[in-house]
Amino acid sequence: MAQASTGRKARPLSPHLQIWRWGPAMAVSILHRVSGNGLAVVGLGALLCWLGALVGGEASYANFAAQAGTWYGRIVLIGISWAFFNHLCSGLRHFVLDIGAGFEVKSNNIWSIVSIVLGALLTAAFWAVLLLR
Amino acid sequence: MGNGTSIGRVRGLGSSHNGAHHWLIQRFTAIGNLVLTVWFAVSLLLLPDFAYTTLRDWFASPVSASGMALLIISTFWHARVGLQVVIEDYLHDHGNKFAALAALNLVVFGAVAFGLFCVARLALGAA
Repeated sequence: MAQASTGRKARPLSPHLQIWRWGPAMAVSILHRVSGNGLAVVGLGALLCWLGALVGGEASYANFAAQAGTWYGRIVLIGISWAFFNHLCSGLRHFVLDIGAGFEVKSNNIWSIVSIVLGALLTAAFWAVLLLR
Repeated sequence: MGNGTSIGRVRGLGSSHNGAHHWLIQRFTAIGNLVLTVWFAVSLLLLPDFAYTTLRDWFASPVSASGMALLIISTFWHARVGLQVVIEDYLHDHGNKFAALAALNLVVFGAVAFGLFCVARLALGAA
């Protein structure tokens, strides 16, 4: 352990993002983090805005609804719903991994891709039901 | 950092006793989120429209108000736990990390208080 005696700076560094070839597990992992952060900041923020607007009365809710109906409002809402369904699907994948299943390369790759695709499909289905009802 | 015993070499480098509890809270709130957010999404789809009076009527139901109160607690708790991990992963300076975690806790508790107050106000009327 010659390294340890030279102190903190001499400890070996693990290779970072640019070293590895991208695979499905890496993509689903970072998307889980990105969508989770988006939900925490934008999603929960929008939820509180919605509740606050409702409490504020009819006029303030009408203002909220008008903003939500604009093109940028729709982009934010669709973004939140995608983050929700993506985080939901990759979160369910985490439950499976938690019990020790799904670590074999082939099934890990398959379920990584499935959770990303399913998140996008559920987002599309949600808006289809919402807009076509 | 010591160089002799194995405990001396790892001291100050790793977690400090709360990892399993933190991990479990993340899972428990995830299960809560799963139930409550799916209920909320389906409830939104089942509403005839999103008019002001429709939503006020929906919030006046005890089941809706209870569900929304639980949803706020569970999602913000989960968000707090998740953002804490992100902060710990990317902020390595002890002072900055402490400040970010302190700010996170203040924001989350304030946001939950505001959300619960709004739900109570909508459920109990006064408008």
